[in-house]
Amino acid sequence: MSLGNYEVRKKDFGNPNWVAYQTIVRTEIRRFTRIWVQTMIPPAITMTLYFIIFGSLIGRRIGEMGGFDYMAYIVPGLIMMSVITSSYMNVSSSFFGAKFGRFIEEMLVSPISNQTILLGYVTGGVARAIFIGVIVTVLSTFFTKLSVHNMFAVVSVMILTSVLFSILGFINGVYAQSFDDVSLVPHFVLTPLTYLGGVFFSIDLLPNFWAGVAQLNPILYVVNAFRYGILGVSDISLIWAYGMLMSMTAITYIIAVRLLANGAGVRS
Amino acid sequence: MSYALEISGLKKIFDNGFEALKGLDLTVEKGDFFALLGPNGAGKSTTIGILSSLVNKSSGSVKVMGYDIDSEFGMAKRRLGVVPQEFNFNQFENIQNILINTAGYHGIPRLEAIPRIEHYLRRLGLWDKRHDPSRALSGGMKRRLLIARALVHQPDLLILDEPTAGVDIELRRGMWDFLTEINGQGTTIILTTHYLEEAEALCRNVSIINNGEIIANSSTRDLLATLNTVTFVCDLAEPVSVAPVIEGYECVLVDLTTLEVEIDRGQSLNEVFLALSANGVSVISMRTKTNRLEELFVSMTSEGSA
Repeated sequence: MSLGNYEVRKKDFGNPNWVAYQTIVRTEIRRFTRIWVQTMIPPAITMTLYFIIFGSLIGRRIGEMGGFDYMAYIVPGLIMMSVITSSYMNVSSSFFGAKFGRFIEEMLVSPISNQTILLGYVTGGVARAIFIGVIVTVLSTFFTKLSVHNMFAVVSVMILTSVLFSILGFINGVYAQSFDDVSLVPHFVLTPLTYLGGVFFSIDLLPNFWAGVAQLNPILYVVNAFRYGILGVSDISLIWAYGMLMSMTAITYIIAVRLLANGAGVRS
Repeated sequence: MSYALEISGLKKIFDNGFEALKGLDLTVEKGDFFALLGPNGAGKSTTIGILSSLVNKSSGSVKVMGYDIDSEFGMAKRRLGVVPQEFNFNQFENIQNILINTAGYHGIPRLEAIPRIEHYLRRLGLWDKRHDPSRALSGGMKRRLLIARALVHQPDLLILDEPTAGVDIELRRGMWDFLTEINGQGTTIILTTHYLEEAEALCRNVSIINNGEIIANSSTRDLLATLNTVTFVCDLAEPVSVAPVIEGYECVLVDLTTLEVEIDRGQSLNEVFLALSANGVSVISMRTKTNRLEELFVSMTSEGSA
């Protein structure tokens, strides 16, 4: 078999970055489906426990919140909680794993653009987040009657949120030097912010000062925008929530591309 | 003259201030089989790291097949294949998927990649292992997988960083044949190796790098011609107690049946044998003490570090 002529071969393949993007996405999806016991079962069990403990047991004593049965009120927040955690963890652990195992070098040696690498990983994170989001949504129907107020808001907020947190996970993966660094942010930053981001309560319950402080929490916008999509109620203006989500996504995207271009964490 | 690789004024200063490359200039002609030699820490891996985008250069320019690695990044990368020194593939992925992914990263669709992968895996004796995870392979098989991976996008320039390290002799010979074959088909090959007989046997041109600078750069034949002294080791038929004295030659008795004779360029082995016969010493076999290129390499790099 002759090695052939490159110019002829190149003409046949179309946009090489598109093929590279598909390759990264396929690899990422194969990765999290192959280890489904680690990636899909834990969020399903955790969210089921939340539904049972906070929704059924404690929620029955709380009664209503925001004009809804407490169980119905917390479902959108819990779906978003699983979407945030899944997208973030998928990308941070996968990118760090590729760095740790040094197979990230396969991509760095190849002609893929930095944006293609980032988009490939982010799409992988979005795929896992939506997968988990759907599982948790289906589980929630065993505990409450779920209706959708605005499908566009539901889909767009879920995708925007998973994109944003996938990019944040990517940035974490770039800077991480050890597996501890990968789990640090989810445990010490994401989880507290999620609990304080209006998953379990309306910020109307907070004193004015703390309600103001809560506005700095990006998860508040995510949870409320998604809650609007499901229940039609939100503590935050929808336009403001979308504005915050999109601008945070744009800023973090630019940061991630700059980090890759400078070779942060991957080139010496 | 069109070059497969043109490096000009390449410098690399690491964050700790260490200057790994001090303005390296190097050209490799298209179709060449080229050796880049140097002791550990000389700058070989840093140079390869810059070529493969794993190390950021401090200054200078690099062109692969005429394409600048900064301004014509995509074109340069498509023409370059790198076999790294260390295994850097996903240990949990099977061999076929590793190669499909690499092809994909180079813009080659899966359906186009599969026949190529079959060709290289069969040629390198890995086809039967294609569904095995890479971690299950032996060291020699992993080395061959690195080569297959570097070739799957059919590069015009292939760089191999110590490809035969830790590989047994039979397999090494097989790799030599394979590399000679793809070089014959037009692929330019740059090889770094610690086995200098490998460089002498395979490479037409050689550069020796030391302390971040090129200290020798010429054809292998010309470089070897600069070697002034060769030491021969003679196995003697009968034990002798004292080294024979041969005028103009230095003889050292290593043990009772092993004699080392140092011969300068222009001197004759015939004279040595005549003198040994006259002294009643019979030689049953003979070999060079070290590989000729190795002798030259050691003398040049030790001069550089002195």
